[in-house]
Amino acid sequence: MGDFLKKEYLVLDKVAGSIIELSKVHRVGYGEIVHVEDSEGEKKLGRVIKIDKDKVIVQVFGATLGHSIENTKVSFAGRPFEIPLSKDILGRTFNGVGEAIDNGGDIYSDKFYNVNGRPINPVAREYPRDYIQTGISTIDGLITLIRGQKLPIFSGSGLPHNELAAQIVRQAKIQTKENESNNFSIVFAAIGVKHDEAFFFKEAFKKAGVESNVVMYINYADDPIMERIIAPRCALTAAEYLAFEENRHVLVIMTDITSYGEALREVSSLREEVPSRRGYPGYLYSDLASLYERAGMLKDGEGSVTLIPILTMPNDDITHPIPDLTGYITEGQIVLSRDLFQKNIYPPINVLPSLSRLMKDGIGEGYTREDHPDISNQLFSAYSKVQDIRALAQIVGEEDLSENDKKYMEFGEAFEKEFANQEYNENRDINDTLDLAWKIVSLLPKDELDRLDPKTIQKYMKTGD
Amino acid sequence: MSSLVGKISMINGPVILGENMTGFKMREMVLVGEKKLIGEIISIDKDSGIIQVYEETEGLKRDEKIVSTGKPLSLKLGPGMLGNMFDGIQRPLKSIKDNFGDFIPEGIGLISIDEEKEWDVEIDVKVGDTVKEGEIFAKVQETELIKHKLLVNIGVNGKVTKVIEDGKYNIETDLVEVEDEKGKKHNLKMYQEWPVRIPRPIKERLPIDKLLVTGQRVLDIFFPIAKGGTAALPGGFGTGKTMTQHQLAKWSDADIIVYVGCGERGNEMTEVLEDFPKLIDPKTDKPIMQRTILIANTSNMPVAAREASIYTGITMAEYFRDMGYHVAVMADSTSRWAEALREISGRLEEMPAEEGYPAYLPSRLAQFYERAGYVESLSDNDGSVTIIGAVSPAGGDFSEPVTENTKRFVNVFLGLDRELAYSRHYPAINWLNSYSGYMNMLKNYYEMNLDEDIEDLRAKMLKVLYEESRLLEIVLLVGEDVLPDEQRHILEIAKVIKIGFLQQNAFHREDTYVPLQKQLEMLKTIDLLYERGLEAIKMGIPISKVRNGELYDEVIKMKYTIPNNDIEKIDRIKNLINNFYDKLELDYSR
Repeated sequence: MGDFLKKEYLVLDKVAGSIIELSKVHRVGYGEIVHVEDSEGEKKLGRVIKIDKDKVIVQVFGATLGHSIENTKVSFAGRPFEIPLSKDILGRTFNGVGEAIDNGGDIYSDKFYNVNGRPINPVAREYPRDYIQTGISTIDGLITLIRGQKLPIFSGSGLPHNELAAQIVRQAKIQTKENESNNFSIVFAAIGVKHDEAFFFKEAFKKAGVESNVVMYINYADDPIMERIIAPRCALTAAEYLAFEENRHVLVIMTDITSYGEALREVSSLREEVPSRRGYPGYLYSDLASLYERAGMLKDGEGSVTLIPILTMPNDDITHPIPDLTGYITEGQIVLSRDLFQKNIYPPINVLPSLSRLMKDGIGEGYTREDHPDISNQLFSAYSKVQDIRALAQIVGEEDLSENDKKYMEFGEAFEKEFANQEYNENRDINDTLDLAWKIVSLLPKDELDRLDPKTIQKYMKTGD
Repeated sequence: MSSLVGKISMINGPVILGENMTGFKMREMVLVGEKKLIGEIISIDKDSGIIQVYEETEGLKRDEKIVSTGKPLSLKLGPGMLGNMFDGIQRPLKSIKDNFGDFIPEGIGLISIDEEKEWDVEIDVKVGDTVKEGEIFAKVQETELIKHKLLVNIGVNGKVTKVIEDGKYNIETDLVEVEDEKGKKHNLKMYQEWPVRIPRPIKERLPIDKLLVTGQRVLDIFFPIAKGGTAALPGGFGTGKTMTQHQLAKWSDADIIVYVGCGERGNEMTEVLEDFPKLIDPKTDKPIMQRTILIANTSNMPVAAREASIYTGITMAEYFRDMGYHVAVMADSTSRWAEALREISGRLEEMPAEEGYPAYLPSRLAQFYERAGYVESLSDNDGSVTIIGAVSPAGGDFSEPVTENTKRFVNVFLGLDRELAYSRHYPAINWLNSYSGYMNMLKNYYEMNLDEDIEDLRAKMLKVLYEESRLLEIVLLVGEDVLPDEQRHILEIAKVIKIGFLQQNAFHREDTYVPLQKQLEMLKTIDLLYERGLEAIKMGIPISKVRNGELYDEVIKMKYTIPNNDIEKIDRIKNLINNFYDKLELDYSR
C-alpha cells in the first residue's frame, strides 16, 4: 500500500466527539482521507475538514471511544475519499464507508472514484421525459415518476414508506425503446436504519428476484454517526458509475435522510459553527443538493440515475428544515398521510401536497395516454374540493349538504377506497389506472368537470350504467 | 506587470485565509493553489487576506500559492453572450463540456465569451469624430433578433484617430483608436471589461410608466409589473415559482432576458436550454433563445459562485440596457443567494443577525434591487432593467428574513400560495396578499393602449374576490344555502373569475400568452355576467335560475374558445349573456 512512505503522527491536541485535532502537520490537503489507529490496533477512517496553519481538524468515521491524545496513530492518505468500483459490486453489501460486509471479499479495481463526485454540467444533462410505471395508481396517475428524476417520499415514523419503496422496486417498469434493457439496477443506501428495516429491504429484494442487481450501502442505527455522511455519497458514486459507465438504469433508494441531516447537525455543532434554523447548519441546503442533484441523465450516455430518498418528517411537520429544503431541491415529493393510514388505506399517499415536477413533460399522448394530463388535473381539483366539503360536513352534518356536495363526498370516498387504496402486491397497468380515474370522476355532476373538455369526456367516460 | 504571490494558511470549505498578502486589493480576483482555482478577496487584515473560492477546494494544501490578477471580478461584455449559458462567473458551460466532459472539474481557469469567433462589424464613427464614454461606435448583428451595439469604454473620451474597415473580426481586434485630451491613446475592441459589483453609469433615471406586458392575466390586469421595476415572487416549494419565471422569460415583451438560475435544479436549466430554442416569439418569428442569456449555478455547484451569479446577471443586463434595450432579469432564487451569503458569513465567524443571516443582508438586497430602473443611458437611448426575483421562504413562511427584507425593496409582491397550488390553481398567485405599487404610474399606459381606464373594473373584480374570501368563512360555518342570493351570486362570480380568468394554462397554445386587449375583454365579459345576474336577482329571480350551467361554462371556457387573433368573437358570448338574461327577466315579469 505504500504506507511506509507515510508519516505517522502520534500526538493529538484534542478529542471531542468524533472530531480530533492535531498540529505540526504539513502538506495535508483539504478533504484528504486520514487513517486513525488506536492502541488496540483498531483502524478507522477520517477526513480533513479544516486546515488552520499547521493545525488540522479531522472528522473520524467511527467512535472515538478509547482514544486519548497519546495512544492514537494518525496518518494521512494523500488522496480524497475514494472507493474502488467495478461491475462486481452488483449483488454486494457494503458498510457506510464502502467496505464490504458480506464476506464476499474486497472489490478490486484499477479505478477509484471520489465519493463527492462532481456537479453535472447543465449543458450535458438530458431533460428526463420517459415515465416509469410503478403500478401504483396514485403515483402513476397523479405523481408520475420519470426516469432520471429525484422524487422523495415524505413520511412519518410508523407509516409504511418502506413497503411503498419495496413495492416500487418490485414493480418499476420502464417504457422501453427497442434494444433497451427493461431492468433497473438498484442501489440502496441505508442511513442510520434499524437492523430489522435493513433486513426487510434485503428480503424484499430477494422476493422481487432482483438481489443480484442490487448494491447495498448500509449504515445501521448503531453504527458510527459520521459514516452516515459518507454512506449516501458512496451509494451515489456507485450509481453514477453504473449509470454513466455501464449504461444501466439505476434506481437509488435512500433511507432515512432525516438521520443524515441529524448527523450533519451533530458534526456542525461539534465544530462550533453558527447554526441557522433549528440548529441545522447554514449549508444544509447545499449539502443536501450535493446528494440529490446527482440524479439525472446525460445527453452522451445511455443510463440514468433515478433517486427516491425517503425521509421521516419529525412530528409529521412538512415545514421542518429537512423536508422543507429537500422539497426545494427535488423534483416534487410523495407525501404520506397519517390520516389515510388510520383509515387503513395503503399506500397512504396524500396526493394534494404531492407533486411530480417532471410529470408534465412525460405524460399524455406519445408517453402514457392522451387523456392523462386532463384527468389527473380534474382528480386533483375535485379531491381538493372534497377537503373543503368535508370540513363543512363536520359542522352542518352530512345530511344538510347540498346535492352537489354530497356527490363530492361520494367521490372523495371512492377516490380513497378504490383509486388510492390497493394491495401491497397489486400491480396496476397505466391504462387500468386511468380507466379507474374516469370511473370515479363519473360520480361527479357533469358541469363540475371544469378541467375536462367535452370531447375527452365523450371518448373516455363510460356512461349509461 | 509582475503579479503578487501569497500563500495559503487556512482552509475551511470555500473560505481560505492567505498570508504574505501585502499589496493585494480588496475584491481583487486571485488564483488559488496549484490548480489555479478562482477566488475573490473579501477582507484584508495586515498581511493576511480572506478569500472566497469559486470552485471546489478539496485537495488544496497549506502553503500553496495565491497569485494576484490585479483586477476585480469582472465580465467580458461583448458579442457572444446571447443564446449561451454561463456559470456564476461567466464561464461558458458549453465549452466547458466540450473540453472537460459531462462533469464540471475544478481549475478550469478563467474563460469567457468566445475569442475566436468572427463577427460582422459595422463601424459608425470616422477619423476626426469626437466620441464620449458610453456612446455607440459600432454595431454587430449578434443574433437575428438583436443588434449588439458597441459602446465606447467608460472613462474614454476624445477624438477618433484610427478606424478599421467594416468587416469580419474576432472580439480581440482593435476596431477604433481614440486619443483623449492628455494625448493618451485607447483602443476600442468589441468587448469591454466591467467589475460585476459596480453598477454601470447612466445619464439619468427616468420615471417608470410603461407596462412590462407578460400576457399573464393575473399580472397584466391585477398586479402589473412595470418596465424598470422590481418584483418579488415568494412561494414555498411546489407553488410554481420557476414555472412563473419561465412563463415571464418566454412571453414578457422585454428585448432581452437574463435568466439567473441561482442554486436551483440542474434539470430546470436543461429544460430552458431545450425549450427556448423551439419557442418562437410571436412578434418577430424568431426563437426566443436568441434574446436570452442563461446563467446557471445549480444547487450542487460551488456556493461562492452562487453569490457572484446574481451580480453577473445584473451586470450583463445593465450593459444591454446601455445600448437602449429593455432587459428583464429573472433571479431564481434570491433566497439561495442569501443563503450563500450566510454560508460564507458563517465560515468567517461573523456575528449573525436573524436566523444566522449576516447583518448586511438587507443592504445587499437593497443594492441589488436598486440596480433596476428605467434610464436614459450615456448613449442617449432609453433602456430599462426590470428585476423579478423569486424568493424561497423556509417552510413557506413569509415572515422569514429574506422575504421580509425583499418586501421592503420591491414594488410588486406576488405571493404564491400553497393551497392554490394543491388544488392546481396556476399561476398560484394569491390575490389576497399580493400587490403592485405600479398601478398609478401605469394609469396613462392603460389609457393609451386600451383606450380605457381599467382601474375601476380591476377594483370591482378584486372586491368580488375579497368579498368571496369573507363569505367563504361564513360558508364554512353554516353552509352556502343560508346566504342571501346576492351573496351567493358573489360566490358564483368569484368562481368564474378564478377559473375563467385567474387560472391560466401554460401548456395550452391559446392560453399560455394572452394579449392585453383580450384580457380586458374577458374581464368585461365576466363583469357583464356579474351585472346582469345581479340585476336579475334584484328583480327577485332565484339564484338557481340566475346561475345557468351552460352559460357559465361558455364564459369559463372563453380563454380556450376565443382565439387570440380574433378577439371580436367574444361578442358572441356577450350576446349569449344578454339574450339569456333578457329572456329570463321577460319570463319572470310575466
